[in-house]
Amino acid sequence: MSARPPSRLTLGPLLFHWSGQKRRDFYFRIADEAPVDAVYLGEVVCSKRESVFAPFRDEVIERLRAAGKDVVLSTLALVTTARDVEEIRELVAEGHTVEANDVACLQVLAGRPHVVGPYVNVFNERARDFVVGHGATRVVLPVEMPATSIRTVADTSTGTEIEVQAFGRLPLSVAMRCYHARAHNRTKDHCQLVCGLDPDGLTAETVDGVDVLTINGTQTLTHGHGVLLTELASLQAGGVTHFRLSPHDLDMVRVASLYREVLDGRCDGAAAIEALRPLTGSVPYVNGFLHGREGLAWVGRP
Amino acid sequence: MTERYLELVCPAGTPAALRAAVDAGADTVYCGFRDCTNARNYPGLNFDPDELREGVAYAHARDCKVLVAINTFPRAGDQAPWHRAVDQAAAAGADAVILADLGVLDYATRRHPALRRHLSVQASAANAPSILFYRDHFDVKRVVLPRVLSVREVAALVGETGIETEVFAFGSVGPMSEGRCFLSSYLTGLSPTSEGACAPASHVAYVERGGEVLSRLGATTLNTFARGEPAAYPTPCKGRYVTLGRASYLFEEPVGLNAIAILPELKAAGVTALKIEGRQRSRAYVTQIVGAFRQALDALARGETPPPSALSGETEGGRETFGAYQKGWR
Repeated sequence: MSARPPSRLTLGPLLFHWSGQKRRDFYFRIADEAPVDAVYLGEVVCSKRESVFAPFRDEVIERLRAAGKDVVLSTLALVTTARDVEEIRELVAEGHTVEANDVACLQVLAGRPHVVGPYVNVFNERARDFVVGHGATRVVLPVEMPATSIRTVADTSTGTEIEVQAFGRLPLSVAMRCYHARAHNRTKDHCQLVCGLDPDGLTAETVDGVDVLTINGTQTLTHGHGVLLTELASLQAGGVTHFRLSPHDLDMVRVASLYREVLDGRCDGAAAIEALRPLTGSVPYVNGFLHGREGLAWVGRP
Repeated sequence: MTERYLELVCPAGTPAALRAAVDAGADTVYCGFRDCTNARNYPGLNFDPDELREGVAYAHARDCKVLVAINTFPRAGDQAPWHRAVDQAAAAGADAVILADLGVLDYATRRHPALRRHLSVQASAANAPSILFYRDHFDVKRVVLPRVLSVREVAALVGETGIETEVFAFGSVGPMSEGRCFLSSYLTGLSPTSEGACAPASHVAYVERGGEVLSRLGATTLNTFARGEPAAYPTPCKGRYVTLGRASYLFEEPVGLNAIAILPELKAAGVTALKIEGRQRSRAYVTQIVGAFRQALDALARGETPPPSALSGETEGGRETFGAYQKGWR
C-alpha cells in the first residue's frame, strides 16, 4: 500500500465583508495559532469590497508566511469589468500563487502554476485533465459534487492536489445583482456596503418561517454550515489532499484544531461534531451534497 | 457598408416545435437529446438521434440551421453519454454543438474538429479573457452571453473579442451566473449542472393550507398564493423569501425577459444572434414568439421601427422586463 502524504488543512477566502482591521486581527491570530497549512486571501464576491483589505494585505501575507503558511490569492468568482481583469493581471504579475475562480483568470495565467477554485466547474476527470494540462496544480472541487464523483476525480489525479470544503456555509450561486442591497431597498450602485452589517451573512427564511439561505451581497450560500467530519477518513483514503475551512465569525482556530485532530486520527469525527456545536450556535449542519442528496440534508453517521 | 444580419435562434423542445419554429421564420433552431446531456432535461421533451436527423433534414431543406445543446457537466466516471451526444450530433449533420464543460469541449475539439462549436451560456463567460480562452483552446466560433450583462457591456465584449455573440431576447430570466447555480440541487438533490433539470416537476408540490396554496420545491416552501390566484412555478430564484422581517422576491420577480423593444440597441451593439428561450414551451408558443420576432427583425432590416410587441401576456407571470440589459436592474 502506498502511503498518502498527510492531509492538508486550508483556510478558504473570507467570503463575507469584514472591516480591514477585523480582517487583519483575524488573520494575525490564524497565523499565530491555527493549525492550517495554507490560507487563501482575496475578494471572491464583490469588487466594491476590495479596497477595504488592501492597506492590510501585505502585512497579513508576511505574517502568514513567517508562520510557515502558504498564501494563495483568490480572485473574483464573476468577472465582468475591465478593472476586474486588471486586478487579476496585477496579482499574477506580482508573482502570487492565484486561485482562479473565473475562467478569465486561466486566460491571464497562460499556463503558469495555479489553483483552480470551486467556482470554475471541474466536475469530471477530463475537465480536470484539461486544467492540469494548463497549469493547475490543485483543484478545489465544486461544493455540489457527491463523494462518489470526488473519489473518481481524486483517485485518478496523479500528482494533482484535490481540495474540498469541509467547514462553513456552502456557496450556492453568484450573481451580478446584489441581494443585500435589495433586502435593504437599495440599488447596487448605492449599496454603501450594507453587507458589512452581517459578518456571517443575512439569513433568508421561507415564507413559512424556515431558515433556508444566507445572503452575502451578490452571493447566496446555504443556511447551514457544511460540515464534513465523519466523512474525512474516506475522502482522505479516496485521494483528497486538502480540506478547506471557510471563515466565519466564530473561533476558527478552535475549528481548525478540531479538524486537524480528526485528520490525524486523534479524535473521532462524531466526537468532533459534538465539540463543534458550541462554536456554531443554532446554525444547523448540512452534508447532503456529499451524500448525493439535497444539499440541505444532514446525513448522520450511517 | 452592409448591415449586419441579426440571426433569430429559436427553441425546439420537440420535433413538432422544431417544424413550427422553422415554419414561423427561425434562421436557426436549437435542441437537445432526450437525456441528461442538455440543460432542459424534462419529461416529454427533446430528441432521439433519428428525430434529430429528421429535424436537421427538415430545417436544412428550408435554409434553417440546427444547433445541438450538449451543455451540462458530465458526472465523474460517466462521461460517455456526453461524448456519444457529440458524436451523434455530428452524425446527424448538426450545424454546431453548444457546449459548456471543459472536458466535453476538449473531446469535441479533438474528435470532431470540423464540427462548429458554440459556447453555452452555462459556461458563464461574461468577460473578454474568458471568451478568448475558449476561442484559443477550443476554436469556439460563437459565445452565448450570460443574462447578467448590460447592452453597453455586450457591445464592449463584441468589440474586444471579435467573435460571434448570441444574446437572450425572450423567455425566462435567471439572475444567477448560469451553470454555477446550485440552489435547485440544494433543495431537491437533482443537479441542473449535471442532470439538466432546474426545479424538476417531480419535486414540485402545491399544498393547500388554510385559505392559501403553498408552492413547494422538495420540502421547501417557495411561495404562497391566495386560493384561486395563479400560482407561479416554484423555481428557487423566483421564490419569495423573508429577510429583515419582510417577504419579497429577493432574487428576481416572477417576470419574463422581452427585449423586442430594444432590438435596435442590440443590433447596434454588434451581436450576431438573438436567442429565444423556451424549449420547455408549447408548439403554439413557439409559433407566436418566433413569428413576432421575425416580423420585428424584418421591419428592422427595412430600416423601420419594429411594431409594438403583443407578447407581454406570454412572458412569465404575464409581466416583462429588459433584465440586465436595463440600467438599475442590479
